[in-house]
Amino acid sequence: MNEVITILEHQGTGRDACVKVLQEIQGVFGYLPAEALRYVADHSQITKRQIYGVATFYELFRFKPPGRHQVKVCRGTACHVRGAPQILDAVAEELNLHGSEDTTEDGEFTFEKIACFGACALAPVTVTDGQTHGAMTPDKMRKQLKAILKKARAGKQEDPS
Amino acid sequence: MTRLHAPADLVAWKDQIRSRIDPQQTQISVCTGTGCASAGAGKVVHCLREELAGNHRGQKISVKATGCHGFCERGPLVVIHPSEVFYNRVKEEHVPEILTALDEDGVVTKLLYVDPQTQQPVVKEHEVPFYSHQQRMALGKNGLVDPCEIEDYIALDGYAAVAKTLTTMTPVQVIETIKQSGLRGRGGAGFPTATKWEMAANNITARRQSGGTNGSGAPDTFGYVICNGDEGDPGAFMDRSILEGNPHGVLEGLILGGYTLGANVGYFYIRDEYPLAIQHMNRAIEQATACGLLGKNILGSGFDFQVIVACGSGAFVCGEETALIASIEGERGMPRPRPPYPAESGLWGKPTIINNVKTWTYIPLILLKGHEWFRGIGTPTSPGTAVFSLVGKVNNTGLIEVPMGTPLRHLVEVLGGGVLKGKKLKAVQTGGPSGGCIPAELLDTPVDYESLGGIGSMMGSGGMVVMDEDTCMVDVARYFLAFTQIESCGKCVPCRLGTRRMLEILTRITTGKGTENDLITLEEFAVSVKATSLCGLGQTAPNPVLTTLQYFRHEYEAHVRDKKCTAHACRELVTYSIIADLCKGCGLCVRHCPVSSINGERKMPHEIDPEACVRCGSCYDVCKFEAVQRD
Ligand SMILES: Cc1cc2nc3c(=O)[nH]c(=O)nc-3n(C[C@H](O)[C@H](O)[C@H](O)COP(=O)(O)O)c2cc1C
Ligand code: SF4
Ligand code: FES
Repeated sequence: MNEVITILEHQGTGRDACVKVLQEIQGVFGYLPAEALRYVADHSQITKRQIYGVATFYELFRFKPPGRHQVKVCRGTACHVRGAPQILDAVAEELNLHGSEDTTEDGEFTFEKIACFGACALAPVTVTDGQTHGAMTPDKMRKQLKAILKKARAGKQEDPS
Repeated sequence: MTRLHAPADLVAWKDQIRSRIDPQQTQISVCTGTGCASAGAGKVVHCLREELAGNHRGQKISVKATGCHGFCERGPLVVIHPSEVFYNRVKEEHVPEILTALDEDGVVTKLLYVDPQTQQPVVKEHEVPFYSHQQRMALGKNGLVDPCEIEDYIALDGYAAVAKTLTTMTPVQVIETIKQSGLRGRGGAGFPTATKWEMAANNITARRQSGGTNGSGAPDTFGYVICNGDEGDPGAFMDRSILEGNPHGVLEGLILGGYTLGANVGYFYIRDEYPLAIQHMNRAIEQATACGLLGKNILGSGFDFQVIVACGSGAFVCGEETALIASIEGERGMPRPRPPYPAESGLWGKPTIINNVKTWTYIPLILLKGHEWFRGIGTPTSPGTAVFSLVGKVNNTGLIEVPMGTPLRHLVEVLGGGVLKGKKLKAVQTGGPSGGCIPAELLDTPVDYESLGGIGSMMGSGGMVVMDEDTCMVDVARYFLAFTQIESCGKCVPCRLGTRRMLEILTRITTGKGTENDLITLEEFAVSVKATSLCGLGQTAPNPVLTTLQYFRHEYEAHVRDKKCTAHACRELVTYSIIADLCKGCGLCVRHCPVSSINGERKMPHEIDPEACVRCGSCYDVCKFEAVQRD
């Protein structure tokens, strides 16, 4: 909880700090762990109710840990008219994700649909593990995911633990 | 860093910076904006610096990493100064050739832009049609300055408007100048900036005179100025490029706003998908604070100003001003009814002015160059320039800035270089999820607030998406409705439930289950959601539906009557089959089909199993013999 203590020291404990505190917690952990939120509610003027309200309102926040690899696909207008729907379908099919599921069972991938990266001139745009790719095609996307999976599996076999 | 105490210090600093610049020295400027960066501009810069380091050429040639030049489609972009030689699609392996050409006073012909109309290479940046037809004001310094170096900005008269205004103009005079300039807000609605400012300035003065106290957590001030950098329109990136490429330009505007309104605290609200914009703005604030352009008693004027960066968390509605305020206050970003307007009671209950990134960027330019200069560009009711991010099915995608009143056709055909792959233009969409689809027949409409509003669309904040014959307009309407439905905050019923019902109807239509009655119900919903929603999101959400119904009704009818999508974009209404006579049995489609639905022996005609087919169209795209048929 040391990280959370530092965050509260830095951002203050008033109600108005709520969004920033949650942003920083997610920045540290990659998601909002329940213990961290409980600590915030117990040690600041931010209530559990406010935390839940804020965390469910903004799309950025998540309550579950993300996968080891992040695949983000833009669903913005520029990307939509240049073929983003086919890429979104390809990722969901390749990772076997249905409905609102966003993380694969093995915890390898998290798949996010992003409103727009602001790189619309390169549409369709995807970001895999922080790396932006323009002019994406469903084929290239599938290959990219397969390559990551292959590497991950090879890594697991080598790793004696 | 130099510490400035008076306007004369700024002038001295500028002269000193300029004296260090040798205009004859070769400078290679590389665009490292988001587009070029993802195409590998970072490597180009690195490679250039490495090649030049420790080399005799190092002294003669400098390398500058700048913000977005706008022509993202062609990135990474490199411009050589002072010769203005323009290279596009530059890769790190081209670096040695570029340097050799510089030594020999030549150019690398293969990296030059080739004008598709004339098939001739173009050498200089300003001769490229994409640039030669633009008039850059808001984007003017993008591409010239290193966004992380305040000295670059100061060398180009940066902060001169702050020096002039804070020491020689009263707030009343500033408002008068802005009023004379006719500046209208660039966030979408085009509200006259001076009118809003006057109201807030009066309210802040009244509070200052009557004393007054702070709310919780609020910094000490009687009012606030906020820069709206939420840029929620998916498919637009003007604000991002300006924040990233010229952060000091926006910051200077905000300081001037603070001075004029008597607000001592300013905020930047920037969406979290824009990490580079946040980073560059934080850096700009640090630098401005270190040299005394922010903080106490700026340039000896007695005016104190501090700036805070707040980040969005992925909610489109937070671009709406009252929701944005709630978000900065740490709450759910829900709009509230207006009045009271933020100019009366905004952030922490104090008078607050919120303007778009571009609006703020114009402020220092107007105050420095005068309102006549601004009025001289554009149309009488929409003065100045319009900045668009031109994207979609167009050859040259990127950022463009043209005088207001320029016909749409000019943007698409000349700057945009026409529709991709020579296809037929169907529509141009402006205004994002709040805007409308303008059919090809109305392409001679000038871009300004009144003209676009008059045909059911709107200026918006600057998104412009070009759509061709392969774009289904019903699918586009459904796409936008799906967006607004997800983004509806849920506070008011018409928007929360109305958008949902409309989306259901549109989904039925695009999956071949729609009826003609659905079209009538859809229109009724659209009209009532527009009339009764609380905030701009709901009030404008039906626009994409209404404009497509108005201009492309035949496409809706084809979907409901014939169960056909003429653009072949609605998956459920398309079938793929293989024409046996044309199929050579090469097996390429078999390898590309993600669900193994294609069967056949080598060198024999293949067949698609319609049950297994997911209609992804891969086979249609890859077949070299046009043997795959799409209906
Ligand atoms: C749903 C919604 C989203 C908006 N998003 C933005 C935005 O991303 N950027 C912006 O500048 N204005 C946005 N606006 C408009 C703002 O509410 C506000 O009018 C604007 O920032 C005022 O600045 P201006 O006068 O400079 O145009 C949005 C409005 C609505 C209703
Ligand atoms: S119109 Fe929509 S977004 Fe606006 S307040 Fe109502 S529910 Fe919320
Ligand atoms: S629409 Fe995809 S990056 Fe903007």
